[in-house]
Amino acid sequence: MSLLEIKNLHAGVDGKQIIKGLTLTINPGEVHAVMGPNGSGKSTLAAVLAGREGYHVTQGEVLYKGVDLLDFAPEERAREGLFLAFQYPVEIPGVNTTYFLKAALNELRKHRGLPEVDAIEFLDIIKDKIQLLELREDLLKRSVNEGFSGGEKKRAEILQMAVLEPTLAVLDETDSGLDIDALRIVANGVNHLKRADNAQLVITHYQRLLNHIVPDYVHVLFDGRIVKSGGKELAFELEAKGYDWLIKGHKDQLQPA
Amino acid sequence: MIQTAQQRPAAASDPFVAAFARVEQARAGQPSWLFPLRKAGLARFAELGFPTLQHEDWRFTNVAPIAQLPFRPLLASSVTQLPSNFIATLPMASLAGPRAVFVDGHFAPALSNLGNLPKGVKVASLAAALVDDAALVQKHLGQHVRDDANAFAALNAAYFQDGAFIFVPAGVVVPEPIQLIHVASSREAGATANLRHLIIAEAASQSTIIESYVAAVDAPYFTNVVTELVAADSARVEHCKFQDESTAAFHIAALHATFGRASNVWHHSFALGARIARNSIRTRLEGEGLECILNGLYLPKGNQIVDHHMLVEHAEPRCASHEYFNGILDDHAKGVFHGRILVQRGAQKTDAKQTNKNLLLSDTATVDTKPQLEIYADDVKCTHGATIGQMNDESVFYLRSRGIGTELARRMLMHGFAGEIIDRVQHMALREVMDKIIWERLEMNPQIAERK
Ligand SMILES: Nc1ncnc2c1ncn2[C@@H]1O[C@H](COP(=O)(O)OP(=O)(O)O)[C@@H](O)[C@H]1O
Ligand SMILES: [Mg+2]
Repeated sequence: MSLLEIKNLHAGVDGKQIIKGLTLTINPGEVHAVMGPNGSGKSTLAAVLAGREGYHVTQGEVLYKGVDLLDFAPEERAREGLFLAFQYPVEIPGVNTTYFLKAALNELRKHRGLPEVDAIEFLDIIKDKIQLLELREDLLKRSVNEGFSGGEKKRAEILQMAVLEPTLAVLDETDSGLDIDALRIVANGVNHLKRADNAQLVITHYQRLLNHIVPDYVHVLFDGRIVKSGGKELAFELEAKGYDWLIKGHKDQLQPA
Repeated sequence: MIQTAQQRPAAASDPFVAAFARVEQARAGQPSWLFPLRKAGLARFAELGFPTLQHEDWRFTNVAPIAQLPFRPLLASSVTQLPSNFIATLPMASLAGPRAVFVDGHFAPALSNLGNLPKGVKVASLAAALVDDAALVQKHLGQHVRDDANAFAALNAAYFQDGAFIFVPAGVVVPEPIQLIHVASSREAGATANLRHLIIAEAASQSTIIESYVAAVDAPYFTNVVTELVAADSARVEHCKFQDESTAAFHIAALHATFGRASNVWHHSFALGARIARNSIRTRLEGEGLECILNGLYLPKGNQIVDHHMLVEHAEPRCASHEYFNGILDDHAKGVFHGRILVQRGAQKTDAKQTNKNLLLSDTATVDTKPQLEIYADDVKCTHGATIGQMNDESVFYLRSRGIGTELARRMLMHGFAGEIIDRVQHMALREVMDKIIWERLEMNPQIAERK
């Protein structure tokens, strides 16, 4: 069974149609990259998958593990193993990072019938992951994302992913704003979490990240549709030629009559 | 009929003036310099009367319910009706360290514990210090109260009977917090405790001082307190005021503080109780290169009003003042924040920052927030910001996307909002107690569980 099946999805926000007939299938063990210029609908796709309020689906369906994903609240999706690394992680002053992550992990464990972890067990779990992401341990004592640098925020997202071990991880421009060292650390973390029974959907604007996270499939999103799919070589082609050659025809269609 | 001055229309302040005869009778046992101070206070009060909404400093807080109370100054120490274990049940009682307890405005030695103070440190009742430390008290008492237009402070000067006198000599470090606990136990409407504290932290001393105001009764009494605080050069002082009065009661407090060169001062205000609570905070930064943090949290619900009215006066160069006030308001509660920053000519390189954030848990809660910057120096950094709103949807979604349900997400955010303020408490044991008190108070809120 496919892990995720998006069929002819039409979706938007605030009365604006943004995703306009998107079809995509992801199987366990696969890494998919979705690329596209700014404004093509990448974050909207991520928001619809994660269940952000205010987004409406007007047509099509999304099956996750064979059931209709759209019927579920965001927290239920997360407990079933869906994870979104935010393009803009939210700062939450006053909420301690350790407390937050332990609560999140325990929600997932409860859902799966596993015993909750206590503070000491949690510290054990998080120690290795902190090292994997090359973060400082004092970050755990700070408020969620508050005062983190841009790079720390992105690495902290992957730290959360490492703790929650999702079945399907959607990474929304996790590479943006990272220098080359941070990019390598983040990619290394993501690769480390890859398994035969999970999958990753990597959203990016640039090909750069895909030198480090090698996708099995690359899809080009433009104006809410996938206009081309291919193997990893498609990413190199985009890097060399840009998006214009692919979207030219579509752009023409967009011109008002 | 002969017109006399007595036949003018009665003023709300009249009973407050009439009761003064009883203060005058008791003057014999007190130092001679004190009575003129009291008389001046009374005259000032009679002149000012109770503030009204027309008064700029009281625009948002109507104190008419206080003016309408029968005035019953608690002039004599009464046999207390407190249950014997009352103090022990207070969360603050879990803190180690010296403790002065006051009941209805009067020192209660049997409930206090002032043994084992570091050498030279004095913690005493002000009534006793008026005699025992007359010179020091005379030098400071009333000298730091600069806001001449505060009728309540004037009333306090006329009527105060007791309070605390704290003296930390130069260079002395007091590791344990010094606690002043005030308990209201009178059920009489208008029973008024005019409490007066004088705190002197000499140069390079270090101390933590906690003022708590709690109630053993649910009644419309009135606590009217004035605290004078002096932090001398290079002193490090953490001053925490915690107010959890009866929700039928009135709490008017004024802090008048003077900070010296290179001192470090934290003032925290935790306001949980009272029908009307007003904190007038007047700080004068009068030495170079000092840093002060004014930090507050208010949690009104029902019809409660909590008002913080601040003046931070930068009189010298290179000082930093940071104000952080957060409010969580429910039902028909009202929050008031007035933050005036005054930068005097010559106070160059001032770094003054002010934030006031308000979280509204109901559609009927309101907040009036008003920054007021007056800057007479040209090389300064002054910022202010205020927010008033419901819980942030982005934050709720972020937590939900990690598997945390809506209810827990909302609770986490609310605790976090309070936690921001609590985390600035420096003394670890005090921070833990405050955290526990606030956490439990927020968890009591049924709104949190209901809303999805
Ligand atoms: N809340 C919104 N209301 C209206 N338009 C929006 C909203 N959010 C995004 N859009 C628009 O939808 C389009 C796609 O946005 P987005 O999904 O963020 O693109 P990408 O992530 O690919 O840059 C853009 O044109 C953007 O301006
Ligand atoms: Mg985007």
